Amino acid sequence: MKEKRLTHILWWTVLLLLTVLFLLPIAIVLMNSFKGQFHIADAPFVPPTAATFAGFSNYLNGIRKIGFFKAAGLSLFITVFSVVLIVLCTSMTAWFLVRNKNKLSSALYYLFVFSMIVPFQMVMFTMSKVANSLHLENPVGIVLLYLGFGAGLSVFMFAGFVRGIPRAVEEAAEIDGCTPVTTFFRIIFPLLKPISVTVAVLNAMWIWNDYLLPYLVIGSKYRTIPVAVQYLQGGYGSRDMGALMAMLVLAIIPIIIFYAVAQKSIIKGVIAGAVKG
Amino acid sequence: MKKSFFRYFPIFVLPTLAAFVIAFLVPFLMGLYLSFTEFTTVGNASFVGFKNYISVFSSGSSFWQAFWFTAKFTVVSTLTVNILAFALALLLTRGKRGTNFFRTVFFMPNLIGGIVLGYIWQLIINGILSSLGVDITFDATYGFWGLVVLTNWQLIGYMMIIYIAGLGSIPREMHEVASIDGASPLQELKHITLPLVAPSVTICGFLTLTNSFKMFDQNFALTGGAPGKETSMLALDIYQTFYGSVGSEGVGQAKAVIFFLLVALIAGLQLYFSRRSEAKAE
Repeated sequence: MKEKRLTHILWWTVLLLLTVLFLLPIAIVLMNSFKGQFHIADAPFVPPTAATFAGFSNYLNGIRKIGFFKAAGLSLFITVFSVVLIVLCTSMTAWFLVRNKNKLSSALYYLFVFSMIVPFQMVMFTMSKVANSLHLENPVGIVLLYLGFGAGLSVFMFAGFVRGIPRAVEEAAEIDGCTPVTTFFRIIFPLLKPISVTVAVLNAMWIWNDYLLPYLVIGSKYRTIPVAVQYLQGGYGSRDMGALMAMLVLAIIPIIIFYAVAQKSIIKGVIAGAVKG
Repeated sequence: MKKSFFRYFPIFVLPTLAAFVIAFLVPFLMGLYLSFTEFTTVGNASFVGFKNYISVFSSGSSFWQAFWFTAKFTVVSTLTVNILAFALALLLTRGKRGTNFFRTVFFMPNLIGGIVLGYIWQLIINGILSSLGVDITFDATYGFWGLVVLTNWQLIGYMMIIYIAGLGSIPREMHEVASIDGASPLQELKHITLPLVAPSVTICGFLTLTNSFKMFDQNFALTGGAPGKETSMLALDIYQTFYGSVGSEGVGQAKAVIFFLLVALIAGLQLYFSRRSEAKAE
């Protein structure tokens, strides 16, 4: 009995220590965001004192320098519309390709699957050139690019799920005079809800945090949050550490809110995505 | 093919396909072609055969440096992440109170983007190194271990979640039988737990491997390749070749094709091993 208690205490001690270790990096950034910019780099582990405390001036500075709220709005716009479009379009495509088996549909399916293994660097230069020549170098155009580049994984995941849905349901609907379009939206799409959540979570995490694609395609005119944070860093020697700390904190806050609200779906989605992909 | 196939094809497939062609297929094919040319924009490409590929592999190229740095980093981070994540998963599958809270905390860093992660750790590592009077760009070793620590912080919670799911699927009776038969905890781990979570090990192993091998944002923000290009991984090296100087775009594209082939090779191995471990589990 005594031994059991001891392991219990040990278990709690180890895990609480690990929790502190995991949260410490964020706590340090938070602490430094309230210090004057010249008191950060050489003493990041020292808490603010009366002399180094800067109040919210780093936040105001950073927000002004990089246009944080504009960047946050842009990130939100791109992420939400891309995810909605991806879920809608790729679920339709996946269902259609799975249910209409022929040479063309299998060829397309394998092409989508193939794109999953191609790293972004392979297409980064040519994609931004194609985007320029088609005038897609704007927040609406980039949504289309995300649909195209995210299609592989999403079609693959939806297709796997559709194969597990018995055909009888759809056949009954078709006998009742439903067209493929009404069958899909009335019967199939509601059944796809669990996998839709997974696909949405995986794509949202990717698009929200993506740096290179928005930087190369629209970076000269529009900045998403990651691009804006990186922009603050640019210019040698002139780096404002205080503003950087404050913007790191502001960049993390939306993610923590999202995590607090949708924790279960996020973890479920990530597990499902890992097992499939 | 049925008539209705072509009738509904434009509604169901065409929007996705059009975006896919623009964002992926055309850029991919153009990329393949451009790797055999010299160019500064898509319009002025002139065919040069394998010249770019030869310069990628030539001795003065930054490719080998980036390749070995990436390979070492990938091996070290795959091992550390998985060992630590598995240990955490074992701690968190003992049905104790508070388990859920710890899972939530450990997983959280995974949601933070690579650029932000890079700057968080740059602050901390430079803070520690400032006692030696240097910073992370002083020596490639610092950058290497900095990236390893960052990757561990980011991925341990993610892999832990997958290991927990794997451990949860082991029937309780297996453990009971083992302890009745007098198996020590270590024997139980070796003969019961590990073989039964082999599929999870394959999944997490390859997930970490691919993530580490393709890493860009974290590398870009943490060290930017400094000192010199000594801590540039393959993805960052490609970027620097493309945008670092005019005239080396063809070589950059050839590096990108090689990078793609390496990633495809890892994906092929993953498919092979996951099929094998699935077959074993059944």
